[in-house]
Amino acid sequence: MNRRKRRLYFIALGVITLLLAGVLLRAGMEGNIVFFYSPTDLAEKGIESGKRFRVGGLVEEGSVEREGTSLAFTITDGLNEMRVVYTGLVPDLFREGQGVIAEGRLDEDGKVFRADNVLARHDENYMPPEVADSLKETGQWQHATPDDTGLPKFLKDHETPDEARP
Amino acid sequence: MIVELGHYCLVLALFVALVQAVVLLTGAARQRADFMATATGSSLALFALVGASFAALTWAFVVSDFSVLVVALNSHTDKPLLYKISGVWANHEGSLLLWVLILTAFSLAISLLGRNLPPTLRSRAIAVQGLVTAGFLLFILFTSNPFWRIPPEAIPLNGQGLNPLLQDPALAFHPPLLYAGYVGFSMAFSLAVAALIEGRVDAAWARWVRPWTLAAWVFLTLGIALGAWWAYYELGWGGWWSWDPVENASFIPWLAGTALLHSAIVVEKRNALKVWTVFLAVLTFSLSLVGTFIVRSGVITSIHAFASDPTRGVFILVLLGLTIGASLILFAWRAPQLEGGSLFAPDSKEGSLLVNNLLMTTAAATVLIGVLYPLVADVLNMGKLTVGPPFYELVFKWLMIPTIVLMAIGPLLPWKRGDLRGALRKLTVADAAFVLTLIAVIVLAGADRYWTAIGLALGVWLATGTLTELALRLRGGRMPPRATWGLVLGHLGMAAMVIGIVCDYSWRTETVQAMRPGETRHLAGRDFTLLEADEVQGPNYTALRATVRLDEKGREVAVLHPERRDYATSTMPTTESAIASNGLVDYHAVIGESSGDGTFAARFFYHPGVPLLWYGAGLMALGGLISLTDGRYRVGAPKRNTATRSRKTPS
Repeated sequence: MNRRKRRLYFIALGVITLLLAGVLLRAGMEGNIVFFYSPTDLAEKGIESGKRFRVGGLVEEGSVEREGTSLAFTITDGLNEMRVVYTGLVPDLFREGQGVIAEGRLDEDGKVFRADNVLARHDENYMPPEVADSLKETGQWQHATPDDTGLPKFLKDHETPDEARP
Repeated sequence: MIVELGHYCLVLALFVALVQAVVLLTGAARQRADFMATATGSSLALFALVGASFAALTWAFVVSDFSVLVVALNSHTDKPLLYKISGVWANHEGSLLLWVLILTAFSLAISLLGRNLPPTLRSRAIAVQGLVTAGFLLFILFTSNPFWRIPPEAIPLNGQGLNPLLQDPALAFHPPLLYAGYVGFSMAFSLAVAALIEGRVDAAWARWVRPWTLAAWVFLTLGIALGAWWAYYELGWGGWWSWDPVENASFIPWLAGTALLHSAIVVEKRNALKVWTVFLAVLTFSLSLVGTFIVRSGVITSIHAFASDPTRGVFILVLLGLTIGASLILFAWRAPQLEGGSLFAPDSKEGSLLVNNLLMTTAAATVLIGVLYPLVADVLNMGKLTVGPPFYELVFKWLMIPTIVLMAIGPLLPWKRGDLRGALRKLTVADAAFVLTLIAVIVLAGADRYWTAIGLALGVWLATGTLTELALRLRGGRMPPRATWGLVLGHLGMAAMVIGIVCDYSWRTETVQAMRPGETRHLAGRDFTLLEADEVQGPNYTALRATVRLDEKGREVAVLHPERRDYATSTMPTTESAIASNGLVDYHAVIGESSGDGTFAARFFYHPGVPLLWYGAGLMALGGLISLTDGRYRVGAPKRNTATRSRKTPS
């Protein structure tokens, strides 16, 4: 095997790998991409039932109903809302008035979202960026998160963070 | 006062790092021995300054100095000492300081252990480390300063406490291990950039890159495994990996590092694949930086996402662009001047290692695409989307099959000349094991379980093939070198992981229900009885503590105590799941909220094979450590002038 042959071999191997990777990527992306919609997106665009997607917003105050391990709640972005039903344990940070993302499908009549996954977070100050964006679009951001600076109350009561710097 | 000293040391460190880089690069360019001789002193000073700064922050945490913003936000006087200390790196600012501390420790290691490296190579490598250090120090000082004070009138009486989920021994050590891995790859990066400047890559260079890459890889393996283990036992969601962007951010450099580890062997033994190895070294550390960017910028929705600040994201992006851009330009400019290596047949050991590299980098690239695709789609206004676990699972299924096949064949191939037929002949025992496992699984579990059968058979094939390799090495009655033991243990670890993952994916089950005390649920051959659920008082929390009895055929096998804790300092309750394990199979119990009518939400899981994952990760790390102790790769052992001497040891 001389240098030229070896170079050809390397190139062939690389091209084959790239092609295979491309095929794999396409096959993998097919049907495994989950879109995110706000309740307003859903009201405006209308999503066919049976398609898997995520819906996010705030859990409406007073909307949570529990029965055994089943749970129903309303996700709102201030303009529109979506009723969600879910069976299972919700993440520890699930709260009325807090940001939430549910993943699942619309049922046949398109009225109720059947979630099989409700997303958790590790940090109580964290707001998923999609939810934050959709709330900003509907103008609900200010009301939604009085704590959007992420700073604790004891600091906001006194100074802005810039002045906290030495 | 101590806090200000720490801050001052950090600023001083920035200037030392800049001066170090300039002096050493000039010294190497002009062959000034006096300039290059400052390397040890400046590395020592840099490490001491960053170390002092880190110690000052630790002190602020230990004595609960709430006038420091980071301490007030992340600590609490009631916290146990271990978590006061781990609180130092359980937040953005402190964790970056730890990042830089580890970076300077590695620089110091090059300057102390690298006395027998060619002086210019050593100086340039330390200078590159210095530049990276300076970049990160700028980032810390301008966007993430851990020493920011709170104005006196606003100082709280007590801190906000550490996120209770993070108050766990495994998670106390997870970030330092992960960072040691991420940052450890900077050694390979700096040596690669230095070699590109020198225009010279040889076996001595590879013998330097390899142990450092291996050490970083061992740390990263342990760090990732510890994180997965924590998620598995602490969060109670019944999984150990969710293909979340933050998890992927650590997995991408691991895949690239695994490739680098293997290609460095080829440079060292055969003086081939040099350009590719240099490229991989640059790539691996760049991917570590991308990982840091993903985690620290908060651009991607993740269950891990930390409250973040967009200016930080922009700063890291610039830092990222400069580092990766500059090193890739240097690569494009200098790489063609590196002399071509020795030749080899496609089905030689070099050939198999090359294919391994292609598979590992393809895997890394697909994960990276999966992570970045939502970001690109958002920018291009294609809608907000996520790439879910099914994507990664499909891609990995097809990438891992050839990888596993190759992992058993590759070690049996000879260097340079191809002998695929000879290697395959040695694998007859493994072939038999493969067929037997395949038939056994199909017969016992049914023909529709063909993926399970193939997966388990491949795992068994890899284990048998690896043991065959060991048996052949032992046959001469001579002890094989430690690097061989490293190979054997590493590949056995992979086999254990494959078997564990296939078992868990194929047979795991769970049930969720509302239960009254006294009720029983049946799951995977066991009966879970909820005996009672009581309020208990912990050191800094109150908890709902359930007692769950686990019976097998009417005989008690375990009593589990899952908890749901409410920490005094946090508004969010946390889940403490309980696991009964027999070393091969796990049973989980998780207790949820009381619904008020006397019932409790309870979730039970059956996870067969998951312990094999932890054994597998342990075997990989152990293999890496044993390989590191191999006298032939002892850090700094070979000198460049002795490197050309032929080594007759079999490899």
